[in-house]
Amino acid sequence: MNTGLDLELSFNNLLQGFGISSEISHILWLPLPMLLVLSSALIGVLVTVWLERKVSAAAQQRIGPEYAGALGVLQPMADGLKLLVKEDVIPAKADGLLFTLGPILVLIPVILSWLIVPFGQNLLISNVGIGIFLWIALSSIQPIGLLMSGYASNNKYSLLGGLRAAAQSISYEIPLALSVLAVVMMSNSLSTIDIVNQQNSFGFLSWNIWRQPVGFVIFWICALAECERLPFDLPEAEEELVAGYQTEYAGMKFALFYLGSYINLVLSALLVSVLYLGGWGFPFPVEWIANLLGQNVDTPLVQVFTGSIGIVMTIIKTYLLVFLAILLRWTTPRVRIDQLLDLGWKFLLPISLVNLLFTAALKLAFPIAFGG
Amino acid sequence: MNIASSTEQICFLILGSVVILGALGVVLLKNIVYSAFLLGGVFMGVAGLYLLLNASFVAAAQVLVYVGAVNVLILFAIMLVNKKEELKQIKGLRTRKVLSGLVCTGLLFLLLRVDLTTNWNLPGPSAIGELSTERIGEHLFTDYLLPFEVASVLLLMAMIGAIVLARRDVLNTDIATGDSVDQNLIEKSNDPILLEQSSN
Repeated sequence: MNTGLDLELSFNNLLQGFGISSEISHILWLPLPMLLVLSSALIGVLVTVWLERKVSAAAQQRIGPEYAGALGVLQPMADGLKLLVKEDVIPAKADGLLFTLGPILVLIPVILSWLIVPFGQNLLISNVGIGIFLWIALSSIQPIGLLMSGYASNNKYSLLGGLRAAAQSISYEIPLALSVLAVVMMSNSLSTIDIVNQQNSFGFLSWNIWRQPVGFVIFWICALAECERLPFDLPEAEEELVAGYQTEYAGMKFALFYLGSYINLVLSALLVSVLYLGGWGFPFPVEWIANLLGQNVDTPLVQVFTGSIGIVMTIIKTYLLVFLAILLRWTTPRVRIDQLLDLGWKFLLPISLVNLLFTAALKLAFPIAFGG
Repeated sequence: MNIASSTEQICFLILGSVVILGALGVVLLKNIVYSAFLLGGVFMGVAGLYLLLNASFVAAAQVLVYVGAVNVLILFAIMLVNKKEELKQIKGLRTRKVLSGLVCTGLLFLLLRVDLTTNWNLPGPSAIGELSTERIGEHLFTDYLLPFEVASVLLLMAMIGAIVLARRDVLNTDIATGDSVDQNLIEKSNDPILLEQSSN
């Protein structure tokens, strides 16, 4: 088994070379990946906001942001700065404590979920055994934050928006979890690393999207619904609910919601690429290419090279999916709340159950192709 | 004492106080919405305790089931029927409070006695950490298969019952009275069904 780059081990060895005990070097190591992932999540959001503005503009035959930096790349920074210096208003009749706590509760689970996103064999914060299940569990906390902010705003639109958001999030979590379960069944593991490794034996031919096409579509629909993206942005449907649970929010608290929804979008795209598109895998196995060029995969230089290719591949796949989500935003009309719940409970849930059953049957019938 | 075990101690103290204070808040606070949110906090604290005990799968399941489903359902129920009405004054409220307080302190002392008299240092099975997911699955499909299936049937029964109660319009006759049921669900009058039976 190719272990690939192990930065933690090299870091620990380096520090122990300076005569520092292994415990202290471990403690020094711990914050580094967290900071790195946090900042990459934030940069991912900035890029996504810029993409959203530019692609939306192109879809509507406008130019979009142009003057803030080249091609308007600094526009998201300007947006963030504006929200940062805005006055923080808490409505007079609102419940101040819950009003403040709501956006925080929405953001924290999303950021914690980045714990399990792999960018390479050892390039993730923690290869926890429960892997993808941790994400499903954490994303179920979010509705509480939405309900909290909807209730605390003391505004009927906010309350309705919060309730809608929670209902939507609960309904779509079930088909989402079932389609993840089908993938987990094929790879015999909940760990995101194992799921990616299982897909990368024959390049793009062994990606899960070929073995789980139905699961892929269900997962993508449910992920869009969980992120409250159009066509499922009912909680903040502006024609009906002003802005849903965000109506009373301003300044940094609004920015937390904004940040949460975009981090969630990037995270969902990352997880789609991990679960169905081979994660960090290059369309052709890197080992084959290295052998073709007469290089040994275990030499440090080749490992650095394959590691970088892995990160680039993950990011390319993710942003292709983000691009798709933005295109969907401008090409699909919003569904009604009853249509949304019908789609979730009467269509996606039965189909994902059948998909799970079918996967189990195929796994028993063809253990070679479906991970016996 | 090394760093790992002292971190564990500190985490345990924090989680323990979160659980105890949160649970007290759930019972004692007047505002029912605060109680419901604190209940979510208590569930999270318990999940943290499971994590400290090396049971990460149980912790995640606790978060998914209790925080993500049970607590959200409770909040839904509270927010959908949240009428601002004053509760009627119950007679002898103070005596009731004192009595329930006495019962609770009695139970607390009983538990403390159990805690102090039991020998906790038994050599239990060693923690298997990451392997526990597989082990739970094995147990659920071998020696705990019957309880597992019975629990699922019980849940199914509860679900069907809830659907029948909520959608009485699908039945042509009312189960309790035998009268034909009004098809118009929204305009339906709110007369209790069982009251007519007792007056006859």
